[in-house]
Amino acid sequence: MRHALKEFALPVFAIAAALLLFGVLVAFAGIDPVEVWATLFKGAFGDWFSWQNTLQRAAPLMLTALCVALPARAGLIVIGGEGALVLGGLASAALAHAVPLPGNVVGTAAVCMAGALAGALWIVLAGWLRQYRGINETISSLLLAYIAIGIFKHLVEGPLRDPASLNKPSTHALNDGLLIGGIGGSDVHWGFVIGVLACLALGWWLRATASGFSVRVVGGNPRTAQLVGLPATRLILGACGLGGACAGLAGAVEVAAVHTNANASLIAGYGYAGILVSFIARHNPVAIVPVAILFGGFGAAGSLLQRRLGLPDASVLVLQGIAFVLILASEGLRMADWNALRARVPRGGEFGAGRAAPKANAAEAAQ
Amino acid sequence: MTADQWIALAAGIVGGALRVGAPFLFVSLGECLTEKSGRINLGLEGVLVLSAMAAFGGAYLTGSAWLGVLIGAVAGAALALLHGLLCSLDRVNDVATGIALMLLGTGLAFYLGKPLIQPQAPQIPAIPLGFWSDDAVVRSALQLNALVPIGVALAVLLWWGFARTRAGLLVRMAGDSAQATRALGYSVSGLRIAATTAGGFIAGLGGASLTLFYPGSWNEGISSGQGLIAVALVIFARWSPLRCVGAAFLFGGAGAIGPALQSIGMGWGYHLFNTVPYVLTLAILVLTCKPGSAAVGSPGELSSTRS
Repeated sequence: MRHALKEFALPVFAIAAALLLFGVLVAFAGIDPVEVWATLFKGAFGDWFSWQNTLQRAAPLMLTALCVALPARAGLIVIGGEGALVLGGLASAALAHAVPLPGNVVGTAAVCMAGALAGALWIVLAGWLRQYRGINETISSLLLAYIAIGIFKHLVEGPLRDPASLNKPSTHALNDGLLIGGIGGSDVHWGFVIGVLACLALGWWLRATASGFSVRVVGGNPRTAQLVGLPATRLILGACGLGGACAGLAGAVEVAAVHTNANASLIAGYGYAGILVSFIARHNPVAIVPVAILFGGFGAAGSLLQRRLGLPDASVLVLQGIAFVLILASEGLRMADWNALRARVPRGGEFGAGRAAPKANAAEAAQ
Repeated sequence: MTADQWIALAAGIVGGALRVGAPFLFVSLGECLTEKSGRINLGLEGVLVLSAMAAFGGAYLTGSAWLGVLIGAVAGAALALLHGLLCSLDRVNDVATGIALMLLGTGLAFYLGKPLIQPQAPQIPAIPLGFWSDDAVVRSALQLNALVPIGVALAVLLWWGFARTRAGLLVRMAGDSAQATRALGYSVSGLRIAATTAGGFIAGLGGASLTLFYPGSWNEGISSGQGLIAVALVIFARWSPLRCVGAAFLFGGAGAIGPALQSIGMGWGYHLFNTVPYVLTLAILVLTCKPGSAAVGSPGELSSTRS
């Protein structure tokens, strides 16, 4: 229990320190830090309007964070979720245009499935390249993201463009019946619920099922996995596929709930912010939910910072960057008893491989 | 296509190889130095963007392009130093830190660089290579960034340094066997921090050539993954500074295909041609990586090539 508290306290301290440093930075720009913090809070969680904005942004963040978390539990650091997201959004819009779908839940589900499938294939490709060609998945997934964005722009501005979209090239809009609506008439769309359910379901999968457990073994200690004869490659590709499906679903949800068609607004950096969310949540799907809401809040507050205080829109990026650096540093500055606990856990082979799993092992050893 | 168009296209690609390849050259040399010491710096993407902004801002404020170059390089070294320090902490993983610094560097550059989007800064001088032609297109395409010869000299210097100097040997030892380095009484972290910082300084020169030479302005889409391509480039160049030169110009040429085609009026597939460097990188990785074994020439302690 004490350890669980520490696991929670460290990121909280790191984020608090990040806010402090960010305050120092804006103070240099001649802006009152207290006002910045107040505006951040107000823009993120101040009233119902802010909350709606925050939760709307949290939906894709949860799903793209899963695209980092699941492969990470299998020992892979995949950072190309942005590519899976844009291709997912494109696939969902393309399917909705090409096939006459029923304008009800079934049609919407089909649109979402198309997005998830496209995303899954894209990230499985990175996993495949690593398993069969020995290519570092961190680099390949990011290269694939840039390629995906190129394909996306080509198709949206060319073959899949709705001729009626003049200034902003877009695909044909989805029929009204296919759109994902708000919950109870609010601006928070059902994509938020989809995100939360995905996090909970995948958290349960990792924790309670045999295949989920196997994935964690493969990620935590490849040698053990080999000794007990786990099908490592299949498990790794499965984790990549599930993660990619989540990011692709995020794209489909953004198209069906926010933009109503696929256009360049889809390339909004949710994939990169998802990396941060997953790392802060220590690649734990359930912990992703609150972290995604927090970062959705930062994103929502960004425009208010810009309007009220005249800060550049990149301020939120700086805050995220500082938070990320401090969270990683806090990891290194942990208490000595943790060092002792962890020293007993053999390190995973590939870089980053041991990061998630030793934690689980250490937690078990502590009980 | 007419003959003129072919000449313009060829000049565009060759000129582009020299122009687009310049940042690749510096970033890959920086990454090569970092990786030789046994550490990987994915944050070089952030270093490149931040130093591009700092160089442009520096040149704008001081009125001197070369002071701008220096400021960019120092900014790059500072961010890389942060990477080096963070990675020396216990249990802090260099890939995760690299991703964090990529975000931080990009964020800081966008934040601090906001007022720099409009102004014009003094440029790095150009060395004309197109003097043999009367064609204006050819002439303007073959303008050589004055930093490029410096980069080539730096590559030779690094190659010589790794082979012949004590410092170079120490960096290679830290990269190949941390234990042996410790046994001889040297600090592995210290060597790696020094190599990472120097690598960031060199990458910072690449950032400067992004904003202080063609197109010569600061905007937020200035880098888009070139720092990361450099990481793959180093694998392709098998950790040899000399081979980095060839690799950088090959990638520069690949990156110039899209703009060169557009300049002669071929608009189709512009975005697809822009993905050529990324596709080429992946293709080269597919061809050079072998499953289950480290790449030829790879430093022994390098986490990204161990499997």
